[in-house]
Amino acid sequence: MQAERVQPDTVEFDVRTDEMLINMGPQHPSTHGVLRVVLRTDGEVVSSVVPHIGYLHRSAEKIAEKLTVRQYLPFTDRLDYLSGMNMNLGWALTVEKLLGHRVSGKTRHLRVIIAELNRIASHLVAAGCMGLDLGSFTPYMWTFREREKILNLFEEICGARLTFSYLLPGGVKEGPPEGWLGRCEAFLDQFEPVIDDLHALLTNNAVFIKRSASVGTLPPETAINYGCTGPVLRASGVDWDIRRDGEPIYTEMYDGYTWRVIAPVGGRYPDDHPYPPIPREAAVGDSWHRFFVRMLEVVQSMGLIRQAIEKYAAAEGELDKPIEIRKKLPAAGAYLETEAPKGQMGFMIIGDGSAIPWRARIRSSSFCHVSVLPELCRGVLIADMPTIIASMDIVLGEIDR
Amino acid sequence: MNAEKIYDLLQKPFKPWLVGRDFEAIDPWIEISLEGLPEIARFLRDQDELAFDLLNCITAVDYFEPDAKKAEKVDWQPHLELLYHLTSLRRKHRLVLKAKLPRWKDGRPGELPEAPSLADVWRTADWHEREVFDLAGVRFTGHPDMRRILCPEDWEGHPLRKDYQMPTEYHGIQVK
Amino acid sequence: MAELLIKHLSSPEWLAYTIAALVHCGLLLAIALCSAAVGEWLERKVSARIQDRLGIVRVGGRFGWLQPVADGIKLLCKEDIVPKAADRPLFKIAPYINFCAVYCAYLALPFADGWVALDLNAGAFFLLAVLGLEIFGVVLGGYSSGSKWSLYGAMREAAQVVSYEIPLGLCVVLIVVVSGTMNLVEIGNQQAGWFFNWYLFHDPFTFVAFFVYVACAVASTNRAPFDLPEAESELVAGFMTEYSGFRWVFYFMSEYAAIFVVSGLGALLFLGGWNGPIPIAWLLGLTADNHEFLGWLGNLLGMCNFIVKAFLGMTFMVWLRWTLPRLRVDQVITTCLKYCVPIVSAMLVGAMLWSFFLPGGVIAALTKPDSFPCSAWERTVPTLCVGGERDSGAARKEARMQSLPAVRSHAEHGNEGYFQEENR
Repeated sequence: MQAERVQPDTVEFDVRTDEMLINMGPQHPSTHGVLRVVLRTDGEVVSSVVPHIGYLHRSAEKIAEKLTVRQYLPFTDRLDYLSGMNMNLGWALTVEKLLGHRVSGKTRHLRVIIAELNRIASHLVAAGCMGLDLGSFTPYMWTFREREKILNLFEEICGARLTFSYLLPGGVKEGPPEGWLGRCEAFLDQFEPVIDDLHALLTNNAVFIKRSASVGTLPPETAINYGCTGPVLRASGVDWDIRRDGEPIYTEMYDGYTWRVIAPVGGRYPDDHPYPPIPREAAVGDSWHRFFVRMLEVVQSMGLIRQAIEKYAAAEGELDKPIEIRKKLPAAGAYLETEAPKGQMGFMIIGDGSAIPWRARIRSSSFCHVSVLPELCRGVLIADMPTIIASMDIVLGEIDR
Repeated sequence: MNAEKIYDLLQKPFKPWLVGRDFEAIDPWIEISLEGLPEIARFLRDQDELAFDLLNCITAVDYFEPDAKKAEKVDWQPHLELLYHLTSLRRKHRLVLKAKLPRWKDGRPGELPEAPSLADVWRTADWHEREVFDLAGVRFTGHPDMRRILCPEDWEGHPLRKDYQMPTEYHGIQVK
Repeated sequence: MAELLIKHLSSPEWLAYTIAALVHCGLLLAIALCSAAVGEWLERKVSARIQDRLGIVRVGGRFGWLQPVADGIKLLCKEDIVPKAADRPLFKIAPYINFCAVYCAYLALPFADGWVALDLNAGAFFLLAVLGLEIFGVVLGGYSSGSKWSLYGAMREAAQVVSYEIPLGLCVVLIVVVSGTMNLVEIGNQQAGWFFNWYLFHDPFTFVAFFVYVACAVASTNRAPFDLPEAESELVAGFMTEYSGFRWVFYFMSEYAAIFVVSGLGALLFLGGWNGPIPIAWLLGLTADNHEFLGWLGNLLGMCNFIVKAFLGMTFMVWLRWTLPRLRVDQVITTCLKYCVPIVSAMLVGAMLWSFFLPGGVIAALTKPDSFPCSAWERTVPTLCVGGERDSGAARKEARMQSLPAVRSHAEHGNEGYFQEENR
């Protein structure tokens, strides 16, 4: 098939003599993966930013056209590899939406526990790496220490620490082992003081505030126009969380839970949990608020997990078994977005009557977050680039698929 | 507001461009013709009761069966479909827009079909359309920066098409 | 030492001096290298404990004492890579320039009373000037690496070190004004006795100036939170990105040696140098009055005291590095120009006025306000003649000696011990 030959990108070569063209290469400690950002700078001031992606493209969507929906589940782990359970959940729910399959309450409560635990784990990485990119190495160690405990819990339940393939369409692989719920609670109990430590070292740290407050301020209209979702959108003051406002098959997972959407509407956060004071210099929509929303979401998730553990213990019935391996899909399409830690993760499956989907589409939130970088980073200093990229909390696995 | 009411709202200004609909589908969709796409999109975004401010996703689906025997059994003609998933944060409703394209422009294999770009309506469309161009081979007219995004810039072919053949080598590296 | 050699071995003068110089250089090189080694061990252990992990536990016993040795051996055996785009001669020479500059600072740093390689009258001035030379190594290294990221690191380093030399110098000038001499040995001797003789407690202005000095010292040695030139997360390793193996060792050593020097200088200027919080040597009778050997022993104790203080300063810098994030370059320069410089200038004026009206420390001013026989002018003139002969400070020194425990000054005064005024 003859396709047009596109010349390699030549827009970068018309550099004026007073400018420098710098490549924040695919290999860089703070681009959170293989992201290449080409900067034009005048001294330390960045005048234009062009992100290039595709270094981790593994043709995930094409592979889905060859495997059944259950066989495809491990591929979803590798999308946002820091929150594999949420990716599994998104895929599982999309299949269930397509098939019209509804799971029992007990399965839903277990899914809430797992999804929120993974949300905590992912936000811990985000917080630690933001500190790391700003030069603060210690919180990174502490957040990873806590993340290890969560990964140990996951290893007990499904045998894997990163690529879980646990939340299958129709149910879960296996129920939790003996005493697992008690260990979850124990983890949450010892985790609360650590959050205070992180607030002391990062959130309320004068240097951290200096580096991140009013840096990369994203106005809400721009955020929505560029398709930003999740903590990035909420930090700009937009009250939107798809766990509350999404499709019924997803929101019924969170029915009956007491929780509030974390967004600085009117400059104030919901006060169901106490939070440290907001510095004067921080503007709604800047990097500090994006970081802070994640810290508050961690606390929020802890509350949700505690509620879910009670509900799971009280729920009657059994956990659902997953659908059969070669289940035939109807000749229809279904698209579902779920609230992954990084933003809204959308999966679409179009079936054609056989067990293999005709088309699968993966819509990731970090894809849109990287696309807004050129807009955000005009006129900042080079040292602000890692701050902004870290506050966006991108992961290249889901951008490139 | 459900899809039926949205369709009714669209009827008056855009009747000739509304080609089809299915409100009983799992995701209710409205099919429109390509030439009306930019105006309908702008209307959907700006009209107060609709207020579709978030474009979630642009997907291209290639309806083509490369295996000749199976091709006889399908009930559609080979074509490409563009799916636009929209959400309104203010009004809390959703919509799917569909547009059909030919697989090749004017039936000439190798010439990519064209569709109007929505990059100035929703900035999300900028990168999503680049991805559709890259993987499914649809050229968007009026796009500010039409070039490949995931594959290397000098890659040949559009991988998500059903009749795509993987090249045997790329810059001297054995691929297959 | 040269005199010793001449006296006892009757060697020709030139030989004696050469041997003395070589011995001094060797000892100082040993100290510089050991400070780098211990600094590295400190860094890894302290950072590990702060980060809630163990750190080095294998090489050399449970605490990893021999890890720096192992690292040194490993780095010596590494491949010597010079990037293709690099400017070879400059690339190769840059780390050595860095190390030489820092090493020269050791030559003027006194470790105990009279124990200094170069007993210069303008020691403080020499030390500051030479420390500022290390920027050449960094800028050359960054430029010659042939990489834009390294160049960024070098440019930031240039801006930062040059800016912070001003408040750093002003802090040192403040102590020079208060003490009346630029001779570092003198400054150390003037703080003999208990901890309240330290210049830290001399007046409120030196107290504040100490903290400004700490900030400027951290900034001038590129330690966090001012470590932009080697900002790991942004510039990989800044100007050191392209260096590996033995050349990197030189940069690394010179960084830790510089930390030791500025810590030592801070300890000397503000914290009494080799004079401890408690004058142990005097209390134990280890002074030269009693016997020359005992005096030598007392000096040895003083040197250990000095090294401990310098390492405490080093530990503090390590602690600071692993706690705070990094400041941006404009924030670093803002801190220097908008905060450090005005504060230290105000402190300088305050200290000068204090020295003019109330010479002697806070204790002297409070306890013996009328023991200042000299007129204000007589006191100020010697103070203003910085770098002048020692004897021109005699009048001022007399005033101090009448209000403070008397100073034991090397080879100048006779048998005077501490707390002489009771005897007068």
